[in-house]
Amino acid sequence: MKLWRTPFDHNHSAEPLAYVFIDRERCKGCGFCAEYCPCDVLKMGSELSSKGYQLAVVKDGDKCLACGFCELICPEFAVKLTINNKVHSEIKS
Amino acid sequence: MPDHEGNGHSIIAKYLRQDRLPHIWCPACGIGPALNCFLRAIDKSGLDPDKISVISGIGCSGRVAGYVKLDSFHTTHGRAIPFATGLKLANPELKAVVFSGDGDLAAIGGNHLIHAARRNVDMTVICINNFNYGMTGGQVGPTAPYDVRTSTTPYGNFESPFNLPLLLYASGATYIARWTVLHLHQLENTMTEALLKPGFSFVEVISPCPAVYGRMNKEPEGLDSLKSYEKRSIIKNGADPKDVGITQNGPIIVGKFIDVDRPTLHTNLAVVAERAKKQVKNS
Repeated sequence: MKLWRTPFDHNHSAEPLAYVFIDRERCKGCGFCAEYCPCDVLKMGSELSSKGYQLAVVKDGDKCLACGFCELICPEFAVKLTINNKVHSEIKS
Repeated sequence: MPDHEGNGHSIIAKYLRQDRLPHIWCPACGIGPALNCFLRAIDKSGLDPDKISVISGIGCSGRVAGYVKLDSFHTTHGRAIPFATGLKLANPELKAVVFSGDGDLAAIGGNHLIHAARRNVDMTVICINNFNYGMTGGQVGPTAPYDVRTSTTPYGNFESPFNLPLLLYASGATYIARWTVLHLHQLENTMTEALLKPGFSFVEVISPCPAVYGRMNKEPEGLDSLKSYEKRSIIKNGADPKDVGITQNGPIIVGKFIDVDRPTLHTNLAVVAERAKKQVKNS
């Protein structure tokens, strides 16, 4: 979407742009992140990892509101969230 | 500077030995999220990481000691709490954290658990409760609810389980809380409070065990267990510990149950040591 002018509240209410990264070597396909993502950013894909686990994939990265729950619930420490080039856990603390 | 793949400085990179990953836990195990919360709680509490030592016993959750970038020790079965007590007595500056499972803490180490709570040793105990002995093939554990199936009770468990918060309350613990691995933000806050609490603090984490316990109890996937927690858990802070027992399909009461203040072992010890010194001088 292209904006013809910058909204007045752009600086403090714009959604943070977050990148969700899933480590393909660590993901074991438990499906926790896909099930409990509040914005349906993640879903279970059909691709298999090198160890034969069904991988979770980022379906729609633009929807991410950077709550960080996927990072927290991943049993394999495979999900990492970065907002504006900062790792999510750093911002929160 | 971290890039989009998250390779950079983060809490996980700071406190977790990433060279040891992937870890040995089964897919969908609940120990991973609990450990994640614990690492964040350490960061949030502001404690000096050099002054924290993680002690664990035997079992799946005993492996935590090997995955953290902190001083840690993997003790013999059930003896994590005596080791932590000794550590605390020898060097009171250290923060001792015991991270272990229900089989290790409540069965073989049950006596140590209640006595450490009675003495009010300044330590934090994190108990991963998955209702069975996961590592050795899913034998019935001391917290397995009545009528559940495990590999040693294939027709249903005929024993009554421990209600850990009640046991610890009766023994005199000063901080008792319970969460499931679905209540992660609450768990993180609770672990931070428990780390900063002087005295014996106990955090019970209800965790799925899909590979052995879940398979025998109609929850073959970790997600099935999480959905069941979602349906069954009731948040009740300050609930009476005698009402929080867990049954096979009944509600799971979670929350912070007890938060009281009581003189710790070290304060009492210092008072008596002072008195003893005076008496020896006078005689």
